[in-house]
Amino acid sequence: MLLASLLIASFVIFAAVYLAPGNPISALSGGRALPASSIRVLEARYHLNEPFLAQYWYWLGNALHGNLGISITLRENVSTLIGQRVWTTAGLVLYASLLILVFGIGMGIVAGLRPGFLDTSTLVVTAISAAIPAFVAAIVLILVFSVKLGWFPALGNGTDFVSNVQHLTLPAIALAFSALAIVARVTRTSIREESDREHVQTAVSRGIPARQLIRRHILRNAAIPITTISGITIASLIAVAAVVETAFSLNGLGAYLVQAAQSKDLAVVQGISLVLVTAFVLVNMLVDVLYAVLDPRVSLGSRAQ
Amino acid sequence: MTGPLLEVDGLTVRLEVGGAKRPVLRDVALTMRAGEALGLVGESGSGKSMTARAIDRLLPRGAEVDGTIRFGGRDVGALSGADLRRYRNQVAMIFQDPRAHVNPVRRIGDYMTEALRTNLGVPAAEASRRASDMLSQVGIDGGPRRLRQYPHELSGGMLQRVMIAAALLTEPRLLLADEPTTALDVTTQAEVMAILDELRHEYGLAMLFITHDLELAAAICDRTAVMYAGQVVEVRESGQLHDDPLHPYTAGLAAARPDITRTAGRLRAIPGRPLSAFEAPADECAFAPRCGYAVDACQAGLPEITELDGGLARCVRAPELRGKLGAPANA
Amino acid sequence: MVVATPVTRLPRPLTGLRATGVAGMVSAAVIAIATFAAIFGPLLAPYNPNLPNLSLAWVGPVGGHLLGFDFQGRDVFSRLLAGAQSSMLGPLAVVILSMIAGALFAVIAAWRGGAADAVISSGLDILFAFPGILLAVLATAVFGAGLTAAAIALSIAYMPYVARVLRGVALRERTQPYIAALEVQGSSATVICARHLIPNMLPLIVAQGTIMFGWAMVDLAAISFLGLGVQPPQANWGVMISENQTGILQGYPLPALSAGLCIVAVVIAFNVLGERLFAQAEGAGR
Repeated sequence: MLLASLLIASFVIFAAVYLAPGNPISALSGGRALPASSIRVLEARYHLNEPFLAQYWYWLGNALHGNLGISITLRENVSTLIGQRVWTTAGLVLYASLLILVFGIGMGIVAGLRPGFLDTSTLVVTAISAAIPAFVAAIVLILVFSVKLGWFPALGNGTDFVSNVQHLTLPAIALAFSALAIVARVTRTSIREESDREHVQTAVSRGIPARQLIRRHILRNAAIPITTISGITIASLIAVAAVVETAFSLNGLGAYLVQAAQSKDLAVVQGISLVLVTAFVLVNMLVDVLYAVLDPRVSLGSRAQ
Repeated sequence: MTGPLLEVDGLTVRLEVGGAKRPVLRDVALTMRAGEALGLVGESGSGKSMTARAIDRLLPRGAEVDGTIRFGGRDVGALSGADLRRYRNQVAMIFQDPRAHVNPVRRIGDYMTEALRTNLGVPAAEASRRASDMLSQVGIDGGPRRLRQYPHELSGGMLQRVMIAAALLTEPRLLLADEPTTALDVTTQAEVMAILDELRHEYGLAMLFITHDLELAAAICDRTAVMYAGQVVEVRESGQLHDDPLHPYTAGLAAARPDITRTAGRLRAIPGRPLSAFEAPADECAFAPRCGYAVDACQAGLPEITELDGGLARCVRAPELRGKLGAPANA
Repeated sequence: MVVATPVTRLPRPLTGLRATGVAGMVSAAVIAIATFAAIFGPLLAPYNPNLPNLSLAWVGPVGGHLLGFDFQGRDVFSRLLAGAQSSMLGPLAVVILSMIAGALFAVIAAWRGGAADAVISSGLDILFAFPGILLAVLATAVFGAGLTAAAIALSIAYMPYVARVLRGVALRERTQPYIAALEVQGSSATVICARHLIPNMLPLIVAQGTIMFGWAMVDLAAISFLGLGVQPPQANWGVMISENQTGILQGYPLPALSAGLCIVAVVIAFNVLGERLFAQAEGAGR
């Protein structure tokens, strides 16, 4: 099912060229005037004189071989351009995912298992931070930690691994901010719900000690909804990364996608969209697999909604 | 074993209901000897499940408990830690809805052997072997294969038997059975009842059998207790419950059930609706408004328990009503 | 046995609102203020929000200028008021479009069942693969930057979420006895859906719409922040953050922060109110 989504998504991305006002040539060139020789090159590369579906076939085939066309603005291979930037985005998303998993789930577990002050304060904090969009979090973080406190650099990428991590920290926090809150809330609710379930009562009635109870009956069962929400939020990071990269002037795929959209460099837009949607679908597939592993009632491919 | 196995005395439990602490059990008293089967009968809201939970210390958070529960002479309320866990292995509880009470993501073998491995330190292989044996005792064969299955692969009836088998693995002395057959269809019900009865005798277990069905309790229990609005209103030898009840409510319950051997002109229902414990007034007989034998004295104060003919009744008029409450011939 | 009684009047909004508690009412108040600003903002702005005056760039709060001046010397407070319009209008369009489309698909799928349901559900599943922001960026690349393209793209991306929730409710209502009774009486499917099914789903629809407004606001502000939505110099909270971002680095955080605060406050209000409404709708549905 997800593969079908990917296929259809790739088709939509491909068809974007035709949806644009004007003819495909003007779309691909972004409205720029081109010499006749360039037009012929474009026609040949995109097989513009052949039937629609055939063009899609060629485009897809090329894409699968890593050939995503040429950027009209930078005159380089789109794939090369993507390759230069993909690690920034990947690093950012991974960093943010780590933060979400460690702190989001951690906070949720603590709040779920201990009613009282810790729990209520978690609820309030997460309610607020869930509503803070990444770019707002970004400017606040820059203001506090970069300008006022000087702990982290504000913009740019950094040169080696250590400075990369430094430069990615604030962006990762901004990216993870609202997602963390959502994961924490769902974790807390799941743990609360599982604690009240009858099978936990059964285990209590058989004298299972508390630590085992929590590990084998509450956490193990709550892992199912927790995994699902973590997967969904991490997948959404892939798209929001564009906003964070722009805010922090990071040299990533998302920022490049935005620039390409602004300069109407369609080949780049298509290429990056394809990569991002594929990543999104892959993460969702991983969640499906994990879900089937964790819940023996469910067979692969039928994630209960 | 000299004294009674289980002694419940003056048990009063209050829970938070609608913002205030209301009683769900009021002054409940029960005694059970080793190996005895006691039925606990009542309608919804009568407090029968709550009594079992109180005995097993499974009450919800924030419950207030007064009175004592003694098991083998020890105060259950004072137990904690390892002692409490040991108590929980000596008192086993089986529940009404097996599918909700068995963890759906763990295998049957895991479920069954958990208590053995954790509390009693039995090594895994040995625990599995015992589980397998117990499964065949409850009528499920293919032990080792079953142990590897998941709960959703078994039917409700089989799951209930698994729960019974699991409960018996820790060799308890008392079994609390909270409506174990209510959620099952009639045929399965009969099978499970038969298994319960047989195993009880084989292992010499005491059993507290909770149900809303008076006849069912009377069928396999030596004595039966009847609860109404959070109180025990009658305790009687099962054989005499139908023909010589001591409390008007019991008589009403017995008469209300259609008898398969006679044709009835009309079903006799008890007028009104059953009261939950927290709705009942605290200083008069809770059943009085629905009782055909009520007099002013019934509402003057909370009736005490009267001993009659080896049974107990919470009724002011019990001595004088003796013998008149038996099941009447249907018109 | 309890038979669901059909609702044939719209529920009164105010009594329901009182039941959402203090948090719900405060949120509603915030939303009301924002809506007021959205409608009357440009008229109420004390100073011209669009007239640049570079000599006043980055000046702090002084005189009647509560929040100071932005990077082009425009009064921040006035610009916030004026910006409320595009900041609230976009999400409104997204919510309306996605709810209409989502509700339609949900009801058709639930009513027809069988093949129609399977096709629609599969179609919705496929749409889930597209994150909203990505679709919006793609749309603006193709159709040009602007609120319209972004709003339509987001509506398409949000539609499956609406449809999934509403389909569940519609299925539940579909099997209620009173619907069967109406069918037997000879009412046509459209009439039943319009007059009975949808009104009974209304509390959930309102709750879902409220929460969705918050999401749409965040996403659209992000798109404007990226320069692909509302275009500067038009006033818009997302645009204001992007425009004044350099101020943060140079020590003039107020313009960007105040725009950010507006967004956060309104989104929190919609989230809180939406959650409360959801709880109400679920409770009423039992």
